[in-house]
Amino acid sequence: MYSVEVKDISKVYGKEKLVAVDHVSFSVNKGDIFGLIGPDGAGKTSIFRVLTTLLLPDGGGATVEGFDIVKDYEQIRSRVGYMPGRFSLYQDLTVEENLHFFATLFGTTIRENYDLIKDIYVQLEKFKDRRTGKLSGGMKQKLALCCALIHKPTVLFLDEPTTGVDPVSRKEFWEMLKRLKAQGITIIVSTPYMDEADLCDRIALMQAGKILSVETPAHIINNYGDLLVEVKADNMYELLKVLKEYKKALNSYAFGEYAHVSFEKEIPGDFLPFLQQRGLSGIFMAPANVTIEDCFIKLLKS
Amino acid sequence: MSDTVIQTEKLTKRFGDFIAVNEISFSVNKGEIFGFLGANGAGKTTAMRMLCGLLKPSSGNAQIAGFDIYKQTEKIKQSIGYMSQKFSLYEDLTVLENIRFFGGIYGLSNTQISLKSKKLVDELGLQQEAKKLVAELPLGWKQKLSFSVALLHDPKIVFLDEPTGGVDPVTRRQFWEMIYEAAHRDVTIFVTTHYMDEAEYCNRISIMVDGKIEALDSPSHLKQKFKATSMDEVFYQLARGAKREE
Repeated sequence: MYSVEVKDISKVYGKEKLVAVDHVSFSVNKGDIFGLIGPDGAGKTSIFRVLTTLLLPDGGGATVEGFDIVKDYEQIRSRVGYMPGRFSLYQDLTVEENLHFFATLFGTTIRENYDLIKDIYVQLEKFKDRRTGKLSGGMKQKLALCCALIHKPTVLFLDEPTTGVDPVSRKEFWEMLKRLKAQGITIIVSTPYMDEADLCDRIALMQAGKILSVETPAHIINNYGDLLVEVKADNMYELLKVLKEYKKALNSYAFGEYAHVSFEKEIPGDFLPFLQQRGLSGIFMAPANVTIEDCFIKLLKS
Repeated sequence: MSDTVIQTEKLTKRFGDFIAVNEISFSVNKGEIFGFLGANGAGKTTAMRMLCGLLKPSSGNAQIAGFDIYKQTEKIKQSIGYMSQKFSLYEDLTVLENIRFFGGIYGLSNTQISLKSKKLVDELGLQQEAKKLVAELPLGWKQKLSFSVALLHDPKIVFLDEPTGGVDPVTRRQFWEMIYEAAHRDVTIFVTTHYMDEAEYCNRISIMVDGKIEALDSPSHLKQKFKATSMDEVFYQLARGAKREE
C-alpha cells in the first residue's frame, strides 16, 4: 500500500517558463522513510509544496494517503505534517505558545498527542518560555518538528531539515526520525547530503527537476556497474591532475582522503606505471566501496 | 616567520558572561588550506569575524597578513577575500556588474577591472552569461563566480564560510579544484564546512568545541590520534561532548 503516489508531475514558474519539476513520478510505501536527494534547484521544495497542497502542479497528479492533492486538499492537510526548509514558526511567540498555536489550528491539544513528541520536546522544555526567535538553530529545528507532529500526522514532509547542521546534530536528528518511523509514520525527507541517503528505505536521486533514479540505496549501489578504485599519493593535488590525463579511466575525482577512479571492467596494466612515470610517490591503490555519492556523480556525468 | 599569515594568541571574545571564543591560539601558513571545523554554536563564526577585522576581540592578540587585529582592521580587510554561502553576490546585477562593483570596492583601477573581468569570465567559461543577472545563474556557477570575485583583488587570505552548502557533488569538486589552484598560487585558504569529506582536502584542520580549539593537525594525524577511520568519527568523538546549546 502506498502512502504517496506521484504521477508525471510538472511545475513551471514565471514568464521565463522555468521548469522546476519535470515529469516526476514516484511512490512511497506506507511507513517508509523516503529520501529526495539532490542539490539546490533539483525541484525538491516544489514537489513538497505540491504534495502538501500548497501549490498546484502544472501537469500530472498525485495522491497522499489515497486522497487527491487537488480535490481532497482538506483531508490531506489534516493528515500531513510539513516542516519547510525555511524556519516558519512565529518568532515572537514562546516555544510553548507556538506548539499550543499549532495544536489549536488542528483542533487538538498538546496533551492529547504529547506521547508522539515527548522524546523531542523534553529537550526543549527548559526553554518553553523563551521566544522562538531567541532559540539556537538546533532548538528551532526540534521545535519545528514538534509543531509538525502535534496533530499526529500519518505522513511527515521534512524539507532539508539538516542543511547547515553539523554532523553530530545531523546524526541525532536521524535518530529521531527512526523513532518516528517506528511509530508507523511515513516520512518524506529531502537532503543535499548524500551520506544521509543510506538512512532512507528508498530514495529518489534528483537533479534539475528530474529524477535520475528511484530505488533502495542498496539497489542503487549494487547497480553501479563500473569498477571503482580508491587511489592515494603523497601529493593529492598532483594526483588528481594526473588522473584527469589518464584517458582509459571513465572518471576520476576527489573523495575524502582518496581519489576515486572508475574503470569499465579492470584496471589497465599501464595505470600504475603511468602514475609512477608522472613522478607521483607514495601511491596506494585498493578497490573502493561504492557510495550513493559515487552513483550520483556517475548519473550526473551520463 | 614570514610564511605565517595568520597568527593568534589566546584570542577571546566575550558577550557579557558568555565566552563565545575562549583563548584560541593557532597559526596558518602561506598557501595552506586550513579547515576550521566545529559544531553549530562552537564559536566559529565569531572567531572568523574577528579574524576578518569585523569584530573587536575581548582579549588576546592576532596578526592577519601581518596586520594587527586591533589597530589595523582596514589593512586586514584589504588583504583578505571573503565568501559565504548566504551572501556573496548581488542577484540583481549582472555577472560583469558584480565584478565591476567588487573591483571598485577593493580600489582596483578601471583598467585593472576590465582586464580582470575578461580573464575571470574566460576562465569560468561564462562568456554567454556575462550580461545576465546573477539571479539567473545556477547555484554552482554563482558559487564559483563568487569565489573568483573574492580573489579579484589578489588577497593573501580568503575566508570561505560553508562555500559548498547545497551544491551538487560534481560542482562541489570543481569548486575544490579552484581552491587547490588558488592555494597553489600561495593564497591561504581558511574554510569552514559541514562536509567531512571536504575536511580531508585540507592541509590542516582545527575542531572547535564550546569556544575552544580541541584539536588541530593534519587529517591523517588526527585520525591516528583518535584511532578513527574517517574525519566524521574524529568530529563525532570531539563534538559529541559539547555542552553548549549554541
